[in-house]
Amino acid sequence: MRFRFTESAIDTAAARRELLDRGAGGYVSFEGWVRDHNEGQEVTRLEYEAFQALGLQEGNRILTEAVERFPIKHAACIHRVGSLDLSDMAVWVGVSSAHRGEAFDACRFIIDEVKHRVPIWKKEHYRSGDSGWVNCERCAAEPRQIHGLGHHHEPLEPLVLPGSE
Amino acid sequence: MSSGGAPVYGLVLAGGASSRMHRDKAALLYQGKTQLDRAFDLASGHVDRVFVSVRASQAGEPTRSEKPLIVDLAGLSETPGPIVGIRSAMAAYPDVAWLVVACDLPFLSDAALEQLLKERDPCVLATAFRSAHDGLPEPLCAIWEPAAAAALAAYQSGGGHCPRKFLRRYPASLIEPHDRRALDNVNTPEEYTVAQAELEPHVGAKPMQLQIQYFALMREQAGRSAETLETSAATPADLFAELTARYGFTLSREQLKVAVNTEFSDWSRKLIPGDAVVFIPPVAGG
Repeated sequence: MRFRFTESAIDTAAARRELLDRGAGGYVSFEGWVRDHNEGQEVTRLEYEAFQALGLQEGNRILTEAVERFPIKHAACIHRVGSLDLSDMAVWVGVSSAHRGEAFDACRFIIDEVKHRVPIWKKEHYRSGDSGWVNCERCAAEPRQIHGLGHHHEPLEPLVLPGSE
Repeated sequence: MSSGGAPVYGLVLAGGASSRMHRDKAALLYQGKTQLDRAFDLASGHVDRVFVSVRASQAGEPTRSEKPLIVDLAGLSETPGPIVGIRSAMAAYPDVAWLVVACDLPFLSDAALEQLLKERDPCVLATAFRSAHDGLPEPLCAIWEPAAAAALAAYQSGGGHCPRKFLRRYPASLIEPHDRRALDNVNTPEEYTVAQAELEPHVGAKPMQLQIQYFALMREQAGRSAETLETSAATPADLFAELTARYGFTLSREQLKVAVNTEFSDWSRKLIPGDAVVFIPPVAGG
């Protein structure tokens, strides 16, 4: 069970092997990809930046919570940092468990919490030549759009973040 | 407040030489007020009249001159000191007891004076606190009864001048202070610095070095990813205000989280030298 950052392409085959368990009857994974559009803008590439020391702690806390909350075997998450092109994988989450239901649930929980809580920032570069930090620049103009970083455990509403997934 | 006995006046001793402090202790400032004013005002809350005890040479000093003074009488003793001040007060008002308070007790409290007056024993020569440090009487936060005048004169004519030794030799009532801190005295510049910082943590805060890291939009706006900063900001909230003034951050504090030493933190946490502070803009992983 491990959260980590990487500056190179995520090796899902190697990551998946770490989840193998003879008691596991299945494995669910989620991949977040760089999308070519966001809110009417044509996206050409992304940059991810992380406060890694705190991000590792918070990411591992989320994985620990997932294991406590769902009867799963193993969980892991890898997040890219640096410059990414369209269709590159930005994030990978994997969960193995005895039965599929909790693996799906835990996988969903982990990606939602990671998006809310881990200090990672995303800068979009647009076809127009413009660029912007997602959730920050528009946020500054409209403070109403508050991000969800923090230790909240209310029901997770689907969070639609632009740029990937 | 006292249970019988002579009425009590207050006497703030401000005649000391302050030799170890290298400055007049009566004029030291705490929370913007001189220690003399603090002691005088504190005593005034408990007794009807308060005087300031000074040597003749100090009577015109601005720190002291506006207060009702009792000037040391000439000829009482060759050795100046607190006993001369107390005897001079007793000579001026022979029928009252004196709540004597030194001028170097910045933590002296209403509770301590209240206890002293409540537990006063007017049948002995003095009621004093027993020091929490060494078990000895504290003569300079004590009530001295009128009957002590003659004994003090006899003690001084025998060459004595230490009020603590006097209280050990003559009948006195020693009480245990509830507020032990109240009797901590301040004699050196180092002790003053510590006491001042405790009494006014913000004004007393000295500039310190902090490590700041910037990410994403804030890194771009600060024009750097990290810096070591000399600041007197006491909390992350103060620090953010200071840095916003410098770099013009567009995000407001309400939109941010803050981490200190790689843990999420309150905005009101008290920062200490060497702390590593990171402001965390709205996140967007995934």
